Amino acid sequence: MNLGPLIFLAAFFALSASWFGLVLKPQMQIGRLTQTNVLGGAVAYPVARPGLAQQGLEVYRAYGCAQCHSKNINQSGTALEVLLTDPGTNRPGLMAALKQVKPGFADAEADALLASLPAKLATFEKRDAADAAIKTIGSSSAKAQLNLVPYGPDIARGWGKRRSVAEDYLFDRSVLLGSQRIGPDLSNVGLRQPDMNWHLRHLYAPRSEVKGSTMAPHPFLFEKRKLGRAASPEALKLTGDYAPPAGYEIVPRPDAVALAAYLTSLRADAPLFSVPMSAPAAAQNATNAPAAAGATNAAAQ
Amino acid sequence: MSQTVTKSAPAAEPSRPVAVDGPNESFRFPLLALFIGAAVWLVLSSVLSLIASIKFHGPGFLADFAWLTYGRVRPASTTALVYGFCIPAGMGVMIWILGRLGQVRLALPLLVVGGAASWNLGVAMGVYGILNGDSSGFQGLEIPGYAAATLFMGYSLLGIAALITFHRRVQRNLFVSHWFFIAAIFWFPWIFSTAALLLLGAPVRGVAQALIAWWYSANLHLVWMSLVGLGTAFYLIAKFTGRELQSRYLGLFAFWLILLVVSWTGVPKAAPVPAWLPALSTVTGVMLVLLPITVMVMVYQTLDGKCSLLWESLSTRFVRVGVMCFVLASVMWVLRYAPRVSGMVEFTWFQSAEAQLRLSGFFSMIVFGAIYYILPQIAGAGSRGGVLARVHFWLALGGILLAVLPLAIGGFVEGSKLQNPNIAFVDVMKLTLRFLRLSTIGELLILAGNLLLLLNLMGLTVSFYRTKAAVALRGALEETVPVGVRA
Repeated sequence: MNLGPLIFLAAFFALSASWFGLVLKPQMQIGRLTQTNVLGGAVAYPVARPGLAQQGLEVYRAYGCAQCHSKNINQSGTALEVLLTDPGTNRPGLMAALKQVKPGFADAEADALLASLPAKLATFEKRDAADAAIKTIGSSSAKAQLNLVPYGPDIARGWGKRRSVAEDYLFDRSVLLGSQRIGPDLSNVGLRQPDMNWHLRHLYAPRSEVKGSTMAPHPFLFEKRKLGRAASPEALKLTGDYAPPAGYEIVPRPDAVALAAYLTSLRADAPLFSVPMSAPAAAQNATNAPAAAGATNAAAQ
Repeated sequence: MSQTVTKSAPAAEPSRPVAVDGPNESFRFPLLALFIGAAVWLVLSSVLSLIASIKFHGPGFLADFAWLTYGRVRPASTTALVYGFCIPAGMGVMIWILGRLGQVRLALPLLVVGGAASWNLGVAMGVYGILNGDSSGFQGLEIPGYAAATLFMGYSLLGIAALITFHRRVQRNLFVSHWFFIAAIFWFPWIFSTAALLLLGAPVRGVAQALIAWWYSANLHLVWMSLVGLGTAFYLIAKFTGRELQSRYLGLFAFWLILLVVSWTGVPKAAPVPAWLPALSTVTGVMLVLLPITVMVMVYQTLDGKCSLLWESLSTRFVRVGVMCFVLASVMWVLRYAPRVSGMVEFTWFQSAEAQLRLSGFFSMIVFGAIYYILPQIAGAGSRGGVLARVHFWLALGGILLAVLPLAIGGFVEGSKLQNPNIAFVDVMKLTLRFLRLSTIGELLILAGNLLLLLNLMGLTVSFYRTKAAVALRGALEETVPVGVRA
């Protein structure tokens, strides 16, 4: 029984099927992805990172940072929060509506609730229920608003505001999502820690900034220099055990500066069509790009 | 029906002394070149892996050297293991089995030697590049672009020699192992060239890069390695027990399962890509559970339930452990896509444990078994290296258990703690350190075992060629001595 040609054809067919499905088709879909708009604004997203941060991505790749850090936020779901924004003038009507929306609502709680507007009334899983609640509140002269709030362990940890989507990586050369979290997720590290000097000190001696950190120090990204007439402006301000011996200073090499610039540029929190969320006003200028350039002395190099 | 034909003839082979000029001789030098090169990379990979593991005992360990930073040592270690050991050793084993099943000499031995040289040069460039900071950063394909071309050339030479050997077969019947091997030989160049071109050569845009890396990695680790590893296991089991593989139809089912289903998995469940992709990978990832079941049924039926038969020879002992690791690793892969569990094990050490079990447990063990089976036939009878090999087996088995189990359990613990945002991330990491430190012992045992394999291979080769040289020298001396003196 000579099945040779048949097996060859079978393997060929199977492999091309998988190739079309997982290489060609996604490439046709994702490869055509273009800039999009931030939800509710005319701001383009994402914006390419500035040059120094792009160099930093190369450093990130070269040192294998993605072996320990992911850049991929998960989200368990989106909660629909109904907020009371305006109590209106019909107090008895509002109270009746509130009792309907929040079963067990007592009149005594009303003053506390109305004192701090907008106040969260209830959280829903389904859009219909949330819409019905808003309609009930609106039947008095009060006004309610719907807030979309992504939730999940990653978001609760403060690693991100929403899940990561394909758009977040549009302009990155070498998309390094990482597969393991030996260190925290870095999708939004620029949002959490916008200070470049913090990142430089953390790269030099992680434990000087994060107590009990298990991250390896990267002293080779820095230069230990004899102090000249005056301290260099870009020298790290280290204290305690981590300070260099007297007469020396620790100065970041260009790689370290670029890496810190890249890290501060990591920020993917814009509300998009594919990940709708009600963002506070600050998110309007989320760019996935760093804060103002030259904000730190190290960037001046 | 046709299985018995070949099975009966070479069944007596292991005990047969090797004729110096038999068909086996053509395999000798090329295969020794492949195996010794592979063993050198294997030892290097376990040294690098040990260094990476020790870094969890103190983050300051070897921290002053850029090239020894964890982010470089870890990928260099897996690259040395996958590209340095698994692929060339797997090719060597495939070439041998294709030759034995076809009852032919190795076609174009020089091509294999050239292929091995080119491949090993590529691996050296790759590992050096990664340590030097030229890593591509894509998991599974960290080698820099300049190494990829050399690797591809090396593979092509090996593949062509394997295919020509297959083509020239005298015994024309095709067995289950044949299907697996031929598919594997064609599969690798396709996935490798696709990934190298679209990731290293002319990178595609955005997150499509990550997708291609996942596709490549899953196809290499799950499809290629399953094809080669299982094909070898089936051959060795049938050969040693003298039984026919049960059955051809189950083999065909496993074959189609690997090709049509397993090749679609690999995209993580929470990947930031259009939702149909993770959904597809999840469905196929869960369907993968059929594969270990099929393999278990096949092995069980072939042995007629007497699994202890596999314990009788050292080679099949390795195979037995390898098949068990395959089943476990497959189940662990399915758990990555199982509801509830998937969110917990994602981004944890659990996935590293799965990868290590697949590489060091399943694939390496079966290839070790095959190498210990092939060696006496190409490097002379009596060259079993008995004690060394037996110690290697126990070290490897203990090493895998100690390296993988703590990581798998630690991964679960880590994952469940990470689900609770009230536990600080640093505290979760400190918790996993205990498991990581335990696995260092496993890494140490694996290194010791791999050293024994290298010693064994080197010792055999040296002693074989020394004997051969001595015989040749004596022959030459006798010829030159005048006839009168000899009398």
